[in-house]
Amino acid sequence: MNTDRFKPLLPLFGVVGLLAIWSFVTWQRWVDPVLLPSPVSTFDALWKGMNGGALGFDFVKTVYRTAASTAIAAVIAIPLGIILGSSEQLYRSLEFVIDFFRSTPASAMFPLFLVLFGVGDETKISVAAFGAILVILFNVAYGVMNARKTRLLAAKVMGASRLRVLFDVMLLESLPQTFVGLRNGVSLALVIIVVAEMFIGSQDGLGHSVFEAQQLFDMPRMYAAIFAAGALGYGLNLFFLVIERQFVHWSGK
Amino acid sequence: MKRPHVTIRGLSKRFDKTVIYDNFDLDLPRGELISVFGPNGCGKSTLINMIAGLIPQDRGQILFDGMRLDEIKFGYVFQNYREALFPWLRAFDNISYPLKLMKVPAKERRGRVEKLVTHLGIKLDLNLYPYQMSGGQQQLVSIMRALIVEPEILFLDEPFSALDYEMTLFMREQLQRIFMETGTTTVLVSHDLEEAVFLADHVLLLSRHPARVADFVPVRAARARTDATLSDPEFVSTKAHCLDIFQREVRRV
Repeated sequence: MNTDRFKPLLPLFGVVGLLAIWSFVTWQRWVDPVLLPSPVSTFDALWKGMNGGALGFDFVKTVYRTAASTAIAAVIAIPLGIILGSSEQLYRSLEFVIDFFRSTPASAMFPLFLVLFGVGDETKISVAAFGAILVILFNVAYGVMNARKTRLLAAKVMGASRLRVLFDVMLLESLPQTFVGLRNGVSLALVIIVVAEMFIGSQDGLGHSVFEAQQLFDMPRMYAAIFAAGALGYGLNLFFLVIERQFVHWSGK
Repeated sequence: MKRPHVTIRGLSKRFDKTVIYDNFDLDLPRGELISVFGPNGCGKSTLINMIAGLIPQDRGQILFDGMRLDEIKFGYVFQNYREALFPWLRAFDNISYPLKLMKVPAKERRGRVEKLVTHLGIKLDLNLYPYQMSGGQQQLVSIMRALIVEPEILFLDEPFSALDYEMTLFMREQLQRIFMETGTTTVLVSHDLEEAVFLADHVLLLSRHPARVADFVPVRAARARTDATLSDPEFVSTKAHCLDIFQREVRRV
C-alpha cells in the first residue's frame, strides 16, 4: 500500500480523533454538559462570537496588545542582542543579570508595572514586552556569538572591516536564532497579555472574555474564547515561521 | 631556483608549551604550485595561516617580494567550504563579495566575474545558492572567490579533504587547469601525498614540530598532468622519495 499519499493528511487524524472523543463523551453525558458543552455548541459560540460578536472584538484587542508588545520587544532586543553578542566579554559580564530576569516570572512584575503605568494598556503591553525582550535578547546574542568562526575568518581574510563583518556576516548568521527568539517571545507575550486581561482591571481582550464567560457560567463561550486564544497563539507562531522561510531561506541547510 | 616570492625569516610560533616553529626560514618561488606535506600536527596549516595572516606569529618576518601582507592581494580557500561561503548569497554574489569590499561598482563586478568564469571555462549556474550545489561546486565557488581579486598568491588549506574521491579527482584537474591558466603562486596544504606530488612544482616536506624543512622536492613532470602521469616512472620515484622522507620524519622521536 502506498502510505506516502496519506502523509499530508496525517495531522488531521489527531483533530478528527479529538473531536470524535469529545462528541462521544458529551453524547454519552459522561461529563456534566455545564462543564463540557458539545463541540457543536462550542463552535457555534465561536462562530457567532467571531462574526460580529464580542469575541471578535476581544480577539482584535489581544492581537493588538500582543503585536505591540512583541514589536517593542523586538525593536529594543535585536539591536541590543547584536551589541552584546558581538563582544563575548560584554555578554558574559551581563549574562547573570539577563538569565536572572529571564527566569523571573514576568507576572511577578505586574504590581511594579501597575505602579509605574496605572491600569491601562501600557501596563499589560510593557510587562509582556519586558518578558519578550529578555527571550529575544538572549537568542539574538547567542546567534551572534555562535556565528561560524570560519565564516568570520573568511570575511576577515578578504579584507572586511569589523563593521562589515558585523553587518555582512554576524547579523545574517544570527537570523535563524533571532527567529527562534521572536517565536518564543511572541508566545510568552501572548501568555502574559492573556493573564493580564483576566486580572488587571480589564474590560476587553481574550483573557477577559474567558474569565467573564466562566463567571457567567457560559461554558460554550468560555471554550470558544479558549480556542480563539489557541488559534491566535498557533497563528502567530506560523506567521513568524512563514516569514523565516522567506527571509532565512538557508536556515538548516 | 626562480626569484623567491615569499621570504620567511626567523619565524617562531608556539601553542601553549608546544613549539611549532622555532626560527624557521623558508623561500617560496614565484609562479609555482607548492604543496605542503608532513606528519600530522607538524604545523602545515599553521604555516599557511601565518603566511596569510589568519593567525599571528610570535616572532619573525614574512615578506612578499619585499612587501607586507597588507600591501598585496591574496586569496585563501578553506577546507570547510560549507562554513566559508555565505549561504545567504547566491554563488555569483559570493564570488564578487571581495570586489564589493574593494568598492568596485556593481557593473564592473559582474563583468569581472563573467570574465573569470569564461577564462577558467567553468560551467556553473551562478544563480544558485551554495546549499543548492554539490560539495565540489561549492569549493569551486570558494576558489573563484579567492581568484576574483587577481591575487598575487593563493593559499588552499586541504581544499579537497571534505569531498568524496570522485569529486577530489575532478577538483585536482580543475585546480591544475586554474593554475595553468593564471600562473598564480599557489600554496596548497595537503594530507594526501599523491595529490601533493601530482599538483606540485615543489613539494615542501616538513618535519615533526618544531618544524624544519625536511626536503624541498622538485616535481618535473610536464603539465597538464593526467592519470598517465601517476604511473610515469619519474613521478613514481619522486613520490617514493617523498614517502621515504615522510616515514623518516614520522619515526624520528
